[in-house]
Amino acid sequence: MTKLGVKIMPRKVILDSQGRAVEQTLKLNQMNVQHVRVGKFIELEFQQNKNDALIEARRIAEKVLSNPLIETFEIVEME
Amino acid sequence: MKKKMGIVQFPGSNCDRDLFSFVTKKGYFAEFLWHKNSFNESDFEALLLPGGFSYGDYLRAGALAALSPVMTSVKSFAKKGGPVLGICNGFQILTEAGLLPGALIKNQSLRFQDQWVDLEVSSSGTYFGKKLKKTIRLPIAHGQGRFYLPEFDLKLLQDNDQIWLTYLDNPNGSMANIAGVLNREKNVAALMPHPERAIEDWMGSKDGWDFL
Repeated sequence: MTKLGVKIMPRKVILDSQGRAVEQTLKLNQMNVQHVRVGKFIELEFQQNKNDALIEARRIAEKVLSNPLIETFEIVEME
Repeated sequence: MKKKMGIVQFPGSNCDRDLFSFVTKKGYFAEFLWHKNSFNESDFEALLLPGGFSYGDYLRAGALAALSPVMTSVKSFAKKGGPVLGICNGFQILTEAGLLPGALIKNQSLRFQDQWVDLEVSSSGTYFGKKLKKTIRLPIAHGQGRFYLPEFDLKLLQDNDQIWLTYLDNPNGSMANIAGVLNREKNVAALMPHPERAIEDWMGSKDGWDFL
C-alpha cells in the first residue's frame, strides 16, 4: 500500500480569504505571526506500488482535487 | 406541442422547484433530471442547472457535481449546440465542468451575500433572455460568486462578446463586474443572480421573467 498526500494552496494572485480571516484573528489575539495562508491537505491510499501511485495521484490532483485556474498542488510522500 | 425543459437535480440543489414553477408558468413542460442518470438529449429544448449547494460545496463549489453521471449527457447536449442555463450553483458547476470559462471564488467581503443587485445586459447573443431590458434588477444569494479569470483570458472573453451580465455596483469583487458569462458558441449561459426569484411583482421585481 502506498500513502500519498496532496497539498493544495490558493494561487498567490487569488485573494486567500480564509488565510486573511485567520491572520486577522491571530493578530487580534496578540499571536505573533506575520502572514497566514490556508490551503487543504488530502490523503490518498493506493494498492499500487509507489511509482504507479504517484502517477495516479498526480492525475487525480490535476483533474479533480485542484482547480488549476485558482490553485496549485504538490504531491507529498507519507511514511 | 409544448416544448420541454430539463432541470438537473443534484443532492443539495435547492432552487430546483422554483425553476420548475418558473418553466411551467412560461408554458413549457418541465422534467427533473436526477444526477445519477443519463437522459435522452433529443427530448429537451433546453437544460437548466439550478442554484443550491450541490454535494455540500465539498472540495470546491460545483466540483463534485461536475463529475456526476448526468453531466455526461449535459456536456453532450451542449456540444451539439443545445441551450444550457446555469444559475448560481449551476454557474459554479458549469465552470467546473469546463463548459464555461473562469472560476467562482469566495466573495471579497468573506460573507454570504443576500441582496438585490442592478445589472447591465452586455450581450444578447444567447438563447436565454433575448428580450431582456438593458438594465435589470435581480436578487443574489451566494458566498462564492466572485468571478475570476486570468487577465489574458478575460481579454478573450471581452473580444468574443462572452460577457453576458455585469453588476452596476459590484457586490462581491467579481473581475470586470462580471455577473454572467457565455461560452464561445453562446449556447451555454450562466449567471450568479436568481431570475427565478424575480418573476412576479410581489417578489420585488419581474425582470427575471424574460430569461426563459
